[in-house]
Amino acid sequence: MGFDTAYEAITEENDSERWAFGTGFTDPLAGVDTSIPAGVDGADLAAYCLMLGDDALVMSHRLQQWLARAPELEEETALANIALDLLGQARLLLTRAGAADGTGRSEDDYAYLRGEREFRNVRLAEVDDADFAGLIARLLVFSTWRLALLARLVRSADPVLAAVAAQGVKEVTYHRDYAAQWLIMLGDGTDYSRDRAVAALADVAPLVPELFEPTAIESRLAAAGVAVDPARLRDEFSGVIAHVLDEATLDWPTAPGLAGVSGHTGRDGIHTEAMGYLLAELQSVARATPGATW
Amino acid sequence: MVTELAATEQLTRAWEIAAAVPDPELPALTVADLGILREITVEEDRLIVYLTPTYSGCPALHDMRREVAARLAAAGFAGAEVRAMLSPPWSTDLITADGRRKLAEAGIAPPRSVRRTEGPVPLTLFAAGPPVTCPRCGSADTERTAAFGSTACKDLRRCRACGEPFEHIKEI
Repeated sequence: MGFDTAYEAITEENDSERWAFGTGFTDPLAGVDTSIPAGVDGADLAAYCLMLGDDALVMSHRLQQWLARAPELEEETALANIALDLLGQARLLLTRAGAADGTGRSEDDYAYLRGEREFRNVRLAEVDDADFAGLIARLLVFSTWRLALLARLVRSADPVLAAVAAQGVKEVTYHRDYAAQWLIMLGDGTDYSRDRAVAALADVAPLVPELFEPTAIESRLAAAGVAVDPARLRDEFSGVIAHVLDEATLDWPTAPGLAGVSGHTGRDGIHTEAMGYLLAELQSVARATPGATW
Repeated sequence: MVTELAATEQLTRAWEIAAAVPDPELPALTVADLGILREITVEEDRLIVYLTPTYSGCPALHDMRREVAARLAAAGFAGAEVRAMLSPPWSTDLITADGRRKLAEAGIAPPRSVRRTEGPVPLTLFAAGPPVTCPRCGSADTERTAAFGSTACKDLRRCRACGEPFEHIKEI
């Protein structure tokens, strides 16, 4: 079944799975010890994995929507690669959730068959981007926050989470550098690009306070050494963003946080209007044709 | 004693078979060159092969897992199982000297060494580290043209001396 060229690979007879790399997915945690560490609540651990996994899945989907819309081919390639990294992190985390909550649900069950209220991503991940500057501002905030989180999660008492984080740190470092360099180019560029960057920061700022508010589950797991308390990420986040804005000759806007519903936000399953449309696109094929593979 | 020796020989043979599987996205390199073939052990008379993903979302891993299992089965190792080993994570430092030579021969600049410590990750706003040399003419006068390339593991560069564009394996 060896091959020398991509063309030979896709035309090989009697091997329908080989029409492209990445078909016929298997369990990304195959063979990994997924037992739950002593003293850790499996339901809490699963809920936490869904939070981090949904952040990555939903952000990845928004990035994928930029394909064929990006201003230059190189940026499209970059956004596709970032989306792929986050999708990979999501697969590992959703699979970890299924092993931890005892239901044995697969990554596809979580991604395609949950309703909006069951998604636990922060609202920052789901909002639509007004333009490329909007995406860059959102990606900078998202990756700066996630990198600070993953860099601490490498010491998690759950060895699976620690391993996923250790790999993720390497990937998100590139995502953050990419977004930071673009924001500097836009902010310190032309009057027009600067106006767009200023508007983009105004759009993203209200979604930031939510990133540092721990849920009860995160607090319990942080006390057990499994999770990272998001409140502890604020200083690193602010320092990195201030550094980038300084280079970009931009200021962080003062804006109140986006209100939730009776105090409930993304981590509680309360999302913005954009989320329903996003899930409709993400899930419609899987729901219309259950069990389909390609 | 005889059995132990035979078992060692079998493991060596299995390693050689698994090690020869190419990466479909970098066909010049094998899983051993990449450093993702981590370990082969025996559990209850079955071979267990451990592979490490290069990137969380690397789509080639599934193909490599399947190819390793298929080649071992064809060589008589019935029921060989390929497992993921997530920790320690893969690093480009694990690419062997042979792998680096093959990359350069394929026109892809090999990665520089990675120095990473635990804790907060410093922001990199401007090019840092030693220059990447052009795999075609050997000049160190090169520039990065895009931070991401055709696969997760590569970025795009250009040589100012010979004018050729080339790919480079990103350090992770």
